[in-house]
Amino acid sequence: MARSDGSTEAQPASVEFIRIRKTFPGVVANDDVSIVAYPSEVLCLLGENGAGKSTLMSILSGFYTPDAGVIRVNGADVIIDSPKRARDLGIGMVHQHLSIVPTLTVLENLMVATGKGFRLDVVAAQHRLKQLEQTLGIDIAGDARAETLSLGELQQIEIMKALWRESRVLILDEPTSMLTERGIEELKSVLIQLKSSGLSIIFITHKLHEALAIGDRVAVLKHGRVVGALGPRELRDVPQRELERIVMRMMFPDQSVDPFAMVRQNGPGAAGDATGDAFLQLRDASTSPTRGGCHLKDVSITVGASEVLGIAGIDGNGQRELAEVICGQRATTSGQVLLEGRDITRLRVPERQRLGVRYVTDDRLGEGIIRPFGIGMNLVLKRLGMPPFWRHLITDEAAIDMAANRLIREFDVRTPSARTRVGVLSGGNLQKVILARELSFEPRLIVYNKPTHGLDVMTSIAIRNRILQQAAAGTASIVISTDTAELLQLCSRVAVMRRGTIADVVDVGPNAEERITELILEAGRSRAIN
Amino acid sequence: MRSTKHGLDAVLRARRPRLAAVFGHALWAVSSLLLAVVASGVLLFALGRSPLAFYTDLVAAGIGQSFGLVDSVIRMGPLLLIAAGLAVAFRAGLWNLGADGQFLLAAAIVAGVAPSVQRAIPGLASIAILFLVGVAVGGAWSVLPAFLKSSYGMNEVITSLMMNFIGLGVANLLVKGPFVGPLLVQTNDIPELLPGILESRVHVGVIVAIAAVLVLHLLMSRTAFGVGLDVLGSNPRAAVHLGVDVAKLTMIAFVTSGGLVGLAAAIEILGVWGYMRADWNPGYGLLVIPLVFLARLNILAIVPFAALFGVISVGGQFATRRAGLPNDFSLVLVGLMLLAMLSTQVVAKKVSTASRPRFALPKRSFAATGETDA
Repeated sequence: MARSDGSTEAQPASVEFIRIRKTFPGVVANDDVSIVAYPSEVLCLLGENGAGKSTLMSILSGFYTPDAGVIRVNGADVIIDSPKRARDLGIGMVHQHLSIVPTLTVLENLMVATGKGFRLDVVAAQHRLKQLEQTLGIDIAGDARAETLSLGELQQIEIMKALWRESRVLILDEPTSMLTERGIEELKSVLIQLKSSGLSIIFITHKLHEALAIGDRVAVLKHGRVVGALGPRELRDVPQRELERIVMRMMFPDQSVDPFAMVRQNGPGAAGDATGDAFLQLRDASTSPTRGGCHLKDVSITVGASEVLGIAGIDGNGQRELAEVICGQRATTSGQVLLEGRDITRLRVPERQRLGVRYVTDDRLGEGIIRPFGIGMNLVLKRLGMPPFWRHLITDEAAIDMAANRLIREFDVRTPSARTRVGVLSGGNLQKVILARELSFEPRLIVYNKPTHGLDVMTSIAIRNRILQQAAAGTASIVISTDTAELLQLCSRVAVMRRGTIADVVDVGPNAEERITELILEAGRSRAIN
Repeated sequence: MRSTKHGLDAVLRARRPRLAAVFGHALWAVSSLLLAVVASGVLLFALGRSPLAFYTDLVAAGIGQSFGLVDSVIRMGPLLLIAAGLAVAFRAGLWNLGADGQFLLAAAIVAGVAPSVQRAIPGLASIAILFLVGVAVGGAWSVLPAFLKSSYGMNEVITSLMMNFIGLGVANLLVKGPFVGPLLVQTNDIPELLPGILESRVHVGVIVAIAAVLVLHLLMSRTAFGVGLDVLGSNPRAAVHLGVDVAKLTMIAFVTSGGLVGLAAAIEILGVWGYMRADWNPGYGLLVIPLVFLARLNILAIVPFAALFGVISVGGQFATRRAGLPNDFSLVLVGLMLLAMLSTQVVAKKVSTASRPRFALPKRSFAATGETDA
């Protein structure tokens, strides 16, 4: 990690990790990790889930102490034994998972997280919120209760929290995982401003293009070790394509495969685009307004049998409401939901499940699983009370174990046993458990809400392939995503949502990407004006 | 408030070696009991009483003599049923704080109607009917909070607590009004009480209570109903997502809870008292709440705790009298014991999480399977 360029030669390092090692029983999370971060730079830590990025940053922010190695901040050896010590050293962290009190308003959350002393200075906080809203280019109602906001908006509040305090080192743990393209662009411009003020930014990501676009330096981690690094000169001078190949070779020295090759083999063409016979129809569906949320206004969509319909748009424009209306979790105030021409508007969740409607929720921890239950039980929870897992309502554990073991194999869930608590699984494995549950037992319509969000490259590929396979087998599918590239790979048509309505439906083909982006950006603009 | 997590952990987490778990729990219970005994001993010593004599009296009266043992077992009956009833609601994340109201109202009505029921239908049939009356009254008194919760999302802590006060008042109104007997402070005597087991004073109500607890345990641990309750209790949003009928389950859990409390009242009135006195309130409903949590909402684990409570309250009555202390001292002992149990539980949890790996699973990268990108 020598300073390989001229521009920062004179700069002393802001943070130096020297031969850091951290183990947990049975796992080496960091092994001989040496990385240097400089002021006025963005250092990207790139790696897949479980590469050790978050552990390293937890060490820097005082949540863990390393087993071996030295940390230097501004040239001095330091022992960071508590989060408070880290804060005193000017190290601020935005965690991947939200730490927002759902029942408080946006402003209250910000004041609680950032306030000093006993008194809450509402006026000053409102002022600062307005400033930050401008800096971030977003529009958040300070008096909206946090629980009514979308994940994307909550993430924005988290970023505001970190920007609120004066820090010299800012750690962002997968900050873009919940943001839309537009949000990411906004974040980038904020980062550039922060850099110019001399801040040292450490940016954790598993997205390659993001690391290359945002980072002044990139350190690549795999299995807890640093497998390669790129300096400012390479990042500036070497073409993007070549850089991607270099990083891929660092991570996978023996292999070379196009990340999207497998998906393309059975791409949109393979999945039918039979819109002729509508499998699911929404006719002018509306939902009642919720404070801070985005209700549906006269939404009409049609999904053909074995079609994959994409739903694009900025987070919080009614995508979740749409998904919940389709699967029966949310009531409509007007309009109809038709499944194969049959009116199912009044049917509730279990009845729609029996008709083959499945929902892969984006709120995996919040509503997707029961954490203290075993994996096996979680896999059959949507069959509660039904044979063969329950006979005369009596639980048949052997039957559950058998089905669970089959699904665990089939969906490649990494777990020691079917009875392991689902709460201990990593994000990717958790999503595999949810997919296994939703895709089994004869699904006929599956709504995927951000199916690959927050997951590493390989897991995402596997999931996209799974979606296409399922569609090829005759299942109608709706994929909600903020990743337009993903939708273009999977779908035959993409509907763009804007403020609770469908702005337009775009057939995937030449110029589709521009058209979708155009629609999304228009949505963003009209949102900003109001 | 939704901290049913501990209970669920114990019940549904990947099974640990059972014997070790039971042994660990026993060790915990015994050590906290010792802690409480030492603390109360210091208190007794400060009051100028001999701790040794007090505890000897307590044990002798509570389990030593057949008389005391019988009383302890009888006392266990209603505690068991109320605790089990509360556990059912708590497992579903529903805070039924109205147990005392449900109990007293059921007791008043059972005591009030029992003489006329037994005149009309003699024998065991009347007992069965009166049990059902108790269940029905207790269940009915929990319908309103359950309905308000399931239909309008109203906080059941408040509504069930309000129903508690109303139930308490109505019970007294009934005992002093329509059901009042010749003594003017209590109902008419019930002609036929619960029969004893094998000619002893231990009435069949205790067997009914134990049987009810066993059935409940099977329901909670082996059926879709139990899983549904645990789903609701640990994540109500997931319950909606999974298609669990939350409104129905809320009603069932709450009414079952109230019904069990009502059954406890019927057993207490028909087995022990034979009448209901005005302003009588044993306060079991509140006493039992910490007990339910100590049992980690596990129905079977309630049994030893209820037994221990029975022994202390019966033995304590005798021991305090002998030591020349008010009976309130047994409550002090119970309180100290609960405190000791809760604090040692926290310590034990800290120790066990410190020794457990933070990540139960090696976080292997998915990429290890082969296909990669370029």
